[in-house]
Amino acid sequence: MAGRIRGFAAFWYDFVVGDDWLIAVGVLVGLALTCGLSRIAFPAWWLLPVSLLLLLPLSLWRAARRGSGGG
Amino acid sequence: MGSGALFVAVFLACAVEAVEATTIVLAAGAARSWRSAMSGVAGALAVLALVVAALGPAVSEVPLRGLRLVVGALLLVFGLQWLRKAILRASGHKALHDEDKIFAEQMAAARGRQSRRIGLVPDWYGFTLSFKGVLLEGLEVVFIVLTFGSNQREVGLAAIAAACAVAVVAAAGVAIRSPLRRVPENAMKFVVGIMLTAFGTFWGAEGAGARWPGSDTSLLVLVPAVAAFALVLVALLRENPVAAAEAVERS
Repeated sequence: MAGRIRGFAAFWYDFVVGDDWLIAVGVLVGLALTCGLSRIAFPAWWLLPVSLLLLLPLSLWRAARRGSGGG
Repeated sequence: MGSGALFVAVFLACAVEAVEATTIVLAAGAARSWRSAMSGVAGALAVLALVVAALGPAVSEVPLRGLRLVVGALLLVFGLQWLRKAILRASGHKALHDEDKIFAEQMAAARGRQSRRIGLVPDWYGFTLSFKGVLLEGLEVVFIVLTFGSNQREVGLAAIAAACAVAVVAAAGVAIRSPLRRVPENAMKFVVGIMLTAFGTFWGAEGAGARWPGSDTSLLVLVPAVAAFALVLVALLRENPVAAAEAVERS
């Protein structure tokens, strides 16, 4: 039973998070900061594109250094 | 986002998933038993229909802002993962997705297994191979239809685009009964990664309370900007061909 639960969790982790957890964490942090800035009425539309500019090269650099992008 | 753009985005994304599912079903049918493989397809489609029936009405009840936040986050994570793989492939740091190779591997694995009849299914291995392939790729199709469709309040149109993509790919697969090697799958994955990332960024920020300058028209800047950035990253990664060749060998 525990093995099946682990397998089920692993499937959803792989389906949603994928090969690099850094991307998922970075997106959540970017959204949380956007939410925070918007609540104090500060223009925050630029925050997610800036997160993307940082996250994608960082994730690619990690993959290239490891030697493969997984999956 | 207009209805035409929604249709094209969903059609392309679902066509990529359908090509992968078709390769697995063709391998299961050719190496094992067509009846078992098609039973697997029918079983997976029945499960997917249940998932859509359960999630579809629930998703349409969620308030738009909350929906955009969750869907934007998921699309952005999904899109960045697709784009990351597509950039690694385009720059030579990862082997290209090769339907011929996958087909040959699936055939070899399928031929090495004993045949076992269970109930009305003459070959259980062929059934499960086909069932799993269609279910896993089909879940991604359902995810794309529900996220894109619900955000635009046009789930029906998104479902039609997905059905068209699956029908076109399945018809091509049945007609040639071999892997769909002429489909430019790697290029399509690159385009889909760009679209998922751009729409995920747009909807995610809106759901988090941000207001885009120019509202929906900012997508006309966001999509080409993501594409240009991805192409720059491909060019930068290509500058190290030795590391790329080593990476492909290892992958």
